[in-house]
Amino acid sequence: MNIVRNFPAVSILLCLFAGIISSGLKKKMAGYVNTVLISIVGLLSISTLFYVLSTGEAFVYVMGKFPAPWGNEIRAGVLEAFMALFFCIIMLLSLFGGRKKLTDEVEEGKTFLYYVLMDLLLASLLALVYTNDLFTAYVFVEINTIAACGLIMIRQNGRTIEAAARYMIMSLLGSGLLLMGLCMLYDLTGHLLMSNIKEQVAFVYASGEYRIPLLVTIALLSVGLAIKSALFPFHAWLPDAYGYSTVSSAAVLSSLVSKGYIFLLIKIIYRVIGFEIFYESRIVDALFAFGLMGMIFGSISAIRENDIRRMIAFSSVAQIGYIYMGIGMGTQAGMEASIFHILSHAATKSLLFVAAIGLTDVSGGSRQFIELTGSGYRNKWAGVAFTVGSLSMVGVPLFSGFVSKLLFAQAAVQNDIKMLPALIVLGISTILNAIYFMKTVIRIYTPLEDSKYGSITFKNMKLYVAALVCFIILNVALGVSSQPIVDLIGQGLAMFS
Amino acid sequence: MSKLKPQGEYEKTRAFRFFRWLSGSKDPYVGEVEMQPQKEFEVQETTILERMFEQQMVRNKVYDVKNNKTLTIFNKIYIAAAIFFCIALTALLLDTVSYLPRTGNSANPDNNVVSKRYIEQGLQETGALNIVTGMILTYRAFDTFGETNVLFIATCCVMILLMLDEKLLKEKEEMSDRRFEPKDDTILQGTAFVLCPFIFIFGIYVILNGQLSPGGGFSGGAILGAGLILYTSAFGFHKTQRFFNELIYKIAKITALCMYGIVGSYFYITGANGIENHIPLGIPGHILSGGIILPIDICVGVEVACTMYAFYALFRRGGL
Repeated sequence: MNIVRNFPAVSILLCLFAGIISSGLKKKMAGYVNTVLISIVGLLSISTLFYVLSTGEAFVYVMGKFPAPWGNEIRAGVLEAFMALFFCIIMLLSLFGGRKKLTDEVEEGKTFLYYVLMDLLLASLLALVYTNDLFTAYVFVEINTIAACGLIMIRQNGRTIEAAARYMIMSLLGSGLLLMGLCMLYDLTGHLLMSNIKEQVAFVYASGEYRIPLLVTIALLSVGLAIKSALFPFHAWLPDAYGYSTVSSAAVLSSLVSKGYIFLLIKIIYRVIGFEIFYESRIVDALFAFGLMGMIFGSISAIRENDIRRMIAFSSVAQIGYIYMGIGMGTQAGMEASIFHILSHAATKSLLFVAAIGLTDVSGGSRQFIELTGSGYRNKWAGVAFTVGSLSMVGVPLFSGFVSKLLFAQAAVQNDIKMLPALIVLGISTILNAIYFMKTVIRIYTPLEDSKYGSITFKNMKLYVAALVCFIILNVALGVSSQPIVDLIGQGLAMFS
Repeated sequence: MSKLKPQGEYEKTRAFRFFRWLSGSKDPYVGEVEMQPQKEFEVQETTILERMFEQQMVRNKVYDVKNNKTLTIFNKIYIAAAIFFCIALTALLLDTVSYLPRTGNSANPDNNVVSKRYIEQGLQETGALNIVTGMILTYRAFDTFGETNVLFIATCCVMILLMLDEKLLKEKEEMSDRRFEPKDDTILQGTAFVLCPFIFIFGIYVILNGQLSPGGGFSGGAILGAGLILYTSAFGFHKTQRFFNELIYKIAKITALCMYGIVGSYFYITGANGIENHIPLGIPGHILSGGIILPIDICVGVEVACTMYAFYALFRRGGL
């Protein structure tokens, strides 16, 4: 067997080992271990990606000597390896961008715990991406939830504790619904392994028995994961959690944690329930409708917001709405657009969070718009980066947001019934996006005659600027060379079935 | 009174103390239990008024109840809608259950090749008499490793929330309401003195016999942790720290998890690559049997005991 086949399993185990060992290390060392770990996992993912591309088919890896359906199994295809690589890049850049802020905001003696949580979060994300077994997925969903709570509350003030409590309640509700769905699925099929469940579900569906439990199961799985990834009516936990936690946490939560759950849902659609059965259940129409509502109401909340971090957080609600709209369209093209938007939103939202912290730092730590006037001149790099992120979110050509909006529009045209609402809401949402992002950009570039805050020089923030530049390059790369990535996504989805 | 011994010597014997306790001439707590009188909390008229006023202010500011009729109506509708949704969801789920396959029916979908192999070949393949342990620690060892890490990360989160600095810990020790609790409680100490060894031995027994009888790492570790908690509440943190302080906690936890990880990784990677692993299965029924189950059970047991004790210590005083 080729040695590359071991890499997905090795990367998950490495993350767990790094987390365990970091809990006994001092603060600095834990940080280094984390950086080295993410780089190694990134390299392993690249080699897995090239290996899968060269063989042209996905491979399964049995964890232990017992084959499935008795033992555990993980599976790597093009899309899985690519997602793992992308998650590593975003996590590394977000941590670089927020490292200085982390030392200010987190107690000295607890910084190593932050890296422990990050290591375990990466492990759980990799497991969610690679898993071929629903119960393994559930175990790592638990790790993901607890780690995310820790990341929110590690900056200890009243608001983050409240946000973490709220996040925990909503997220555990989602986990509970997911677990109920898994139990019912096991009852109906007798398997936990994805490919076996798919066979059994097709069999049960064809026989016409157990239609109602199957429908409820699909609903429970979708709603559970929708709550965990903050689809519109379940987004109440989101603004506080993203708005008050330390900046790397906010970037990682918005761009990775919620995306991990969405990726799991996509995997369940393709590999557990089956694309056709899922779409015949009409649950997707509900996802589509809530996605559309999220696109509008998220943007309206963002317009009303007077705090830059919370505004970006509400914008996430709208962007999650886009992703669910794509899933709800029920076509291959819609799914491709959604996955591309997962990538482009991850790259852009973490850029915006990291840039926003630079702007608030040169405004005396205030996040109110009135204080941010002219901050684009005081911190030039953050200003440029924020502008790039805003343009990408609004959907200006050359940046990644444009491509995902184009893909959504193309996918909408292929669906007769859902075309009209999708296109109208896409247009309205783009205008609303432009209103609040351009308002912010104009505000930070409004010159202020006698500012009471000093500006910051490049010397004091080398790592921060490096992270911003990498984010901008990533954004432009996604926007300019989108075709190979879209092809890759199509290839990956083909490997799913 | 005794006829054989002089008075001074007699007062030291157990018989004297027993008769004294029987006649009730001495309070057993006096001189034995160090108790500090709790300060009466004095309620003053002005503080009550102040508090009520503040609460009213906050209520008015947040809800503006007087001027805002719509808000009060909204709140009522909100509560009614929440109750309605809960009942509707419960009814829906209960209704769904009636459509599920009936429990215990041999034709159910979950009576398939998976459980058949676990039951029929589990003993030969894992070497464990206890099929459940064999299943979770051999067939599905990766899931259980994840589950152990859930405990680990939960401790990390509690540490973030409740761990205090060394300095603060010492200050708080004097401030905390812990000092109003009875220390050196004779009854508790006597009971703990008798019970703790048995609890520890029973915990170790449950861990080591995981592959033979009901139990295993998780339940045995919980028993060990409960024993540690009993010891600590009877004898205090200072005495526990002589054999279980933060350093030992860290060493035990990291070693246990790493050992599990190493044994597990060896098992996964050799198994997946088709290499023969050199873990003997042993003779089923003997204590040294079950392949990787015994070492993993020990690791899980240590980790669970550490987690239980750490939760208790962090909630009780903010440090280990």
